[in-house]
Amino acid sequence: MPHASMMRQITDFANRADPYPVYEKLRGTPVLHEEEGGPYIISSYYDIKALLHDPRISSDAANLTAAGDDELARSEETGGLPPSFLRLDPPEHDRLRRIANSAFGPPHRPRRIESMQGDMREIVTGLIDGFGDAHEIDLVDQFAYPFPVTVICRLLGVPREDEPRFRAWVDPLVASLDPDTRQNGDADFQQTAQEARMQLGMYLAGLVEQRTKEPRDDLLSDLVNSRGPDGAMTMMEVLSTSVLLLIAGHETTVNLITNGMLTLLRHPDILRRLREEPGLSVRIVEELLRYEPPVQLVPQRTCIADIEVRGITIPKGSRIWLVLAAGNRDPERFEDPQRFDPDRGDIQHLGFGSGIHSCFGAPLARLETQIALSELARRLRDPRLVEDPPPYRPNAVLRGPRHLRIAFEGLD
Amino acid sequence: MAADQVEWLRREGRIVIVGASLSGLRAAETLRAEGFAGELTLIGDEPHEPYDRPPLSKSVLLGMASPQHTELPHRWEIDAKWRLGVAASGLDPTAKRVRLADGDEVEYDRLLIATGVRARPWPKEEEARLDGVCLLRTREDAADLYRRLKAGPRRVFVIGAGFAGSEVASACREMGIPVTVAERAGAPLVGALGGVVGAVAADLATENGVDLRTHVTVTSLEGDPVGRVQAVHLSDESVVEADVVVVSLGSLRNTEWLSGSGLGAGPRGIACDAGCRAFDFRGIVTDDVFVAGDVARSPHALFGYQFLSLEHWGNAVAQAETAAHNMICHGADRRPHLWMPAFWSSMFGVNIKSVGVPPMGEQLMITQGSLAERRFVGVYGYQGRVVAAVAFDNTRWLEFYQRQIEQGAPFPVEHPTVDRRPEGRRPVPADFPDPSLPTHGPMVTLSGYSPADQQLVFHPARH
Repeated sequence: MPHASMMRQITDFANRADPYPVYEKLRGTPVLHEEEGGPYIISSYYDIKALLHDPRISSDAANLTAAGDDELARSEETGGLPPSFLRLDPPEHDRLRRIANSAFGPPHRPRRIESMQGDMREIVTGLIDGFGDAHEIDLVDQFAYPFPVTVICRLLGVPREDEPRFRAWVDPLVASLDPDTRQNGDADFQQTAQEARMQLGMYLAGLVEQRTKEPRDDLLSDLVNSRGPDGAMTMMEVLSTSVLLLIAGHETTVNLITNGMLTLLRHPDILRRLREEPGLSVRIVEELLRYEPPVQLVPQRTCIADIEVRGITIPKGSRIWLVLAAGNRDPERFEDPQRFDPDRGDIQHLGFGSGIHSCFGAPLARLETQIALSELARRLRDPRLVEDPPPYRPNAVLRGPRHLRIAFEGLD
Repeated sequence: MAADQVEWLRREGRIVIVGASLSGLRAAETLRAEGFAGELTLIGDEPHEPYDRPPLSKSVLLGMASPQHTELPHRWEIDAKWRLGVAASGLDPTAKRVRLADGDEVEYDRLLIATGVRARPWPKEEEARLDGVCLLRTREDAADLYRRLKAGPRRVFVIGAGFAGSEVASACREMGIPVTVAERAGAPLVGALGGVVGAVAADLATENGVDLRTHVTVTSLEGDPVGRVQAVHLSDESVVEADVVVVSLGSLRNTEWLSGSGLGAGPRGIACDAGCRAFDFRGIVTDDVFVAGDVARSPHALFGYQFLSLEHWGNAVAQAETAAHNMICHGADRRPHLWMPAFWSSMFGVNIKSVGVPPMGEQLMITQGSLAERRFVGVYGYQGRVVAAVAFDNTRWLEFYQRQIEQGAPFPVEHPTVDRRPEGRRPVPADFPDPSLPTHGPMVTLSGYSPADQQLVFHPARH
């Protein structure tokens, strides 16, 4: 196929390890529409930024279905539950997000994330200690995967003794959301995922009921007992919000940590600096969000009016893909964009999106990744990649390595 | 200016910045960041290093931040001579000298004026001196007001329901202090946002327990025998007892020190071109005197080349950066100051933000959300184009509207938007007060008959 469409090239697994040459080609046609009924693909920084703030763009799942969705857009469906605020427009979106936010951050809960630092460090230390005497690990399975799900358990308020059960349900559920596993998975796998979903739902429902009666200092209690002008969430709303936090906050953080370690191991000078200077992790994580964003593109938006971008009219009802990872390396916006440079002063990346749907869990993801990377840098003696590039997961949207084998000389 | 002169200036010239607040500091930093290696002097009448003012009417009044700890972070080492606690008292642009209140003189090759504004005091001096009558502009003002609020006054009276006055009222309510606000117009924020949005602000204040009196003015402040304020008399003949009175009547531009300098400076600020170069009173642009921040008035191409003076935090920063750049570059590299006017405020738990110039708007459309819910975006239109937008608890959309303003997008807003309600389908009058209020601008007159002896004469005005 000498002229594979750009859409195909984006989803083509052969480009997963390094999609950036495809994105560079893509930016040559910043508003790309390849086929009747297909999406308009937007790849330059300023256009993406503008559309993320454009009130003529809808995130409503119903509009997307009407526009005829595609394999990428479907990849985050949660099955059976009402749409979460990620897939809603204002005013419903705003109401749910406000309630969720009042349980999560300032002004109502200014210290909820900060106060989890101790827990996060403890989990990270436990996971690294767990490497034991090994001189080679798979960072994904042994660290990046278990870390965020444990953090989310603590955030929601899942009792510690239930954490292993909880994780056993989340793993197949997350795996089943990957479009590729969904297509290729056998009947048994689908069955397991379906059961996990049900059991997780029932478990959460039970916990919600408990927290309604006896509130504690956790997110679930706040969601169901919110007394603000917006009222509290219904049981179904709490469930879909919890599942959203689980799904959206899980895979993305896994990938951010894994991509982070991969990038640092490819830039040993910066890894060395981080070892000496843990505070550097703040800037490293920001640059990572630009350089290797865990969400590569946003495929779920539709236009509710004709919109003109760079002289091209995108007709009402069209779907658009916003390729964040392409915008993040747009030379029109960033100097020397292909270079990983935590010292760049100007780093307004699109890694967390922008506008009303900008990443809800951003403060949590930032802190988790800062702690994870600085601790890995501090404790792994002389780490190096066993294979480069590592094997990748099929998902083109939530892109990241399936395994990341790291060899090292022991722990500090 | 010849190229070698610019090089000389950058290497060993003398730059003086009068005004050591946000604009002055950011300009100094930009000068150094862009390679100015000469002598830099900052003159400020306040005794402090530059500090941030927005918190003074918000978190500082609530005791959540100390008035002594709002220093502005330094973004760049500026290696400057600081002349703090001494005001500039005069300017001789021919000799290129700034006179200081202590009699000293400072010479410059380039001058930046960033003297900003001060709070407009209560006009009756004797009443203004009563204990308990407060202004809010400086760190000391904030510390004093905070102390008085913390002492638990029986009632606070705020004169003027602009942004600062409304923020003070909001802080009082949050602390559980009874507060009365008097406003000459029909609602709070009317001058900035018009009557339709002002009505929302009025509801917001009233619902939060503010005793809001509109269409009234304060006629006098009454003191007790020991000189403490005890009551406020209003034009509707009512009397309100209060032991703290906050005078929030807007600001005065700090330009008196320039009288006689020949610059186009007066109560409305100092006129300058889009490159931040000051005009002299004849309307001729100067080469070595620049202006930035609240005290500047400069033409904005997007708004019909109107001279805008903006008391906005972001404008102070952006204009300082442009002025600094233009002070030390070659003519062809000069940049215009094209900042999009924008300001924010928060009161009674609501975030308010605006872009563009709302008072230019004749009509208003609520394109997202609803006035009744107090969460909305309102778009202002003037002669068929979008000129401004305001958001109540909906600020994330404003980037879009800013671009609409920049592109001269058509008004009314016909295209659909998410969360458009029936009330937002049609424009309504924005309801700004009659702009023909008395002004106190300076007057320039033409004298002489034949072109050869025609002269412009500048008549400075009183504040």
